[in-house]
Amino acid sequence: MMKRRISAVLKQAVCILLSIIVIAPFYMVLINSFKGKSEAARMSLSLPAEWLFSNYAEVIEKAKLWQGLGNSLLYALVSTFIGVILSAMAAFVLSRNKIKLNKFLYFFILCGLFFPINYVTLIRVLQFFHLNDTRIGIIITFTGAMIPFCVFTIYNFISSVPTEMDEAAVIDGAGPLSLFFRIIVPMLKPTMVTCFILQFMTVWSDFLTPLYLSSKSKMFPMTMSVYQFFGKNKNSWNYIFADIILTCLPVIIVYLLGQRYIIGGLTSGAVKE
Amino acid sequence: MNVNKKKIYPQWFIVLPLVIYVLFFLLPSILGVGYSFTDWSSKSAKTGIHFVGLKNYIDIFTSNKNYVQGILHTLMFTVVSNIIKLIPALFLAILLNESIKCRGLYRTLFYLPSILPFVIIGLIFKSILNYNNGLLNAALEFLHLGFLKQKWLSDLGVVWKSIFAVDAWRGVGYVMTIFIAGLSAIPSSYYEAASIDGANFWQKLRMITLPMLKGSIMINLVFGITYGLKVFDIIYVLTNGGPGHATEVLTTYSFQLYSTGQYGMSTAMNTVLLIITAIIGVGVVKMMSRQEG
Repeated sequence: MMKRRISAVLKQAVCILLSIIVIAPFYMVLINSFKGKSEAARMSLSLPAEWLFSNYAEVIEKAKLWQGLGNSLLYALVSTFIGVILSAMAAFVLSRNKIKLNKFLYFFILCGLFFPINYVTLIRVLQFFHLNDTRIGIIITFTGAMIPFCVFTIYNFISSVPTEMDEAAVIDGAGPLSLFFRIIVPMLKPTMVTCFILQFMTVWSDFLTPLYLSSKSKMFPMTMSVYQFFGKNKNSWNYIFADIILTCLPVIIVYLLGQRYIIGGLTSGAVKE
Repeated sequence: MNVNKKKIYPQWFIVLPLVIYVLFFLLPSILGVGYSFTDWSSKSAKTGIHFVGLKNYIDIFTSNKNYVQGILHTLMFTVVSNIIKLIPALFLAILLNESIKCRGLYRTLFYLPSILPFVIIGLIFKSILNYNNGLLNAALEFLHLGFLKQKWLSDLGVVWKSIFAVDAWRGVGYVMTIFIAGLSAIPSSYYEAASIDGANFWQKLRMITLPMLKGSIMINLVFGITYGLKVFDIIYVLTNGGPGHATEVLTTYSFQLYSTGQYGMSTAMNTVLLIITAIIGVGVVKMMSRQEG
């Protein structure tokens, strides 16, 4: 009994210590984002001598945050929405009609899970379509890159959706599109939401794609504009920290709202074993 | 029913996603292989692009610019970062799979860092690891451990350790989450039976947990290896390959070559990465297709 209690205390101690390691950087960033410039440069954990909430208003203007936010939202929402729907359509046919060609195509698409994007030649391809240095070019790049993951995840899920529904719907005279959107999509909702959330966060966090594909700062998403802001204001840590908080906030909100979908989706492949 | 399959599951559903995937993801990689045998550069608009054979690859493997070291760093990062994350994450998952107080809160909290953009994490840790007034050195001083203070990001001996630590800070929770899901699928009766037989923690780990976690370990390795080979953001922001070229990896060299206008060399570098990932990827996909039957 005594032994069990000691081990419970030890386990709690480990968890609390790790929690502190996770939280301390967040706390440091948050608390220093309210300080004056010289006070923030000391990066201490003490409370600000004076709470400067105005830092946030100033950084929103200085770092052109609205523009970054708009771009990030545009890239993440549009590319993910298109990517998930298209992947679901492909996964549906690939998994339901397992002819030789489709089996090959499935593994052909899966290869994309591993390959890196070659941005230098991608720019060449985008030039060919007159999409280089455009927002559409960035969006379509993100969409292309997420297709393997989404097809893989949704494909695994579809096999658990019964085919009797398909047959019934077709007998009732539904075409493939209405079968897919009215019957299949509602049943795929959990896995599609998972893909949407995970890919939304991936696009939001991505740095390399806009680094290669956008030469104009008015196309920068938040990650790029934070980095650029850091480069120009290396000593104004109070502003940098405020900028960091504002960039993190959207993903943290999405994470807390969609948490149960994330865990479920991450593990749908793992638990299948 | 068979006759109708083509009608209910029309092949054109696949066309658009396939076209986007091929054109904007696969084609650049294939073109990259082609361009890696040319002298394509920012001057090519005037002089044209010429076939130069294996020159770029010879340059990569023989020049004194340490490109080979960058490739080796990428491989080293992949191996070490996976070991550093997988083992602690496994024990953490086992710990949080038991019924301890606040475990829901801990799970949420430990996963949190892995959702944040690398750039942000890089910037945060750039400040924390700052020698003069960073949080880490200040904390060490506060604990009277001042002798442990380091120039975390500029000392050759510690810079890689700092990168691995930051990477683990972000990634352990993600790996842990996948392990927890795998663990929760193991019937507790297995452990009860083993306890009756007098098995200790390590025996249970070796005989029950690890074999049953095969799927989760596999997923973690696949994600971890592909992530490791493509690593860029965290190194670019934390050290930008420095001090000197000490922490340069394949992708940072590739970006550098691109930004200095040596496109042919940059694509050759990328092709090296493509070959490495292809070898690993084909192996994994083969294994998955065997399971699929």
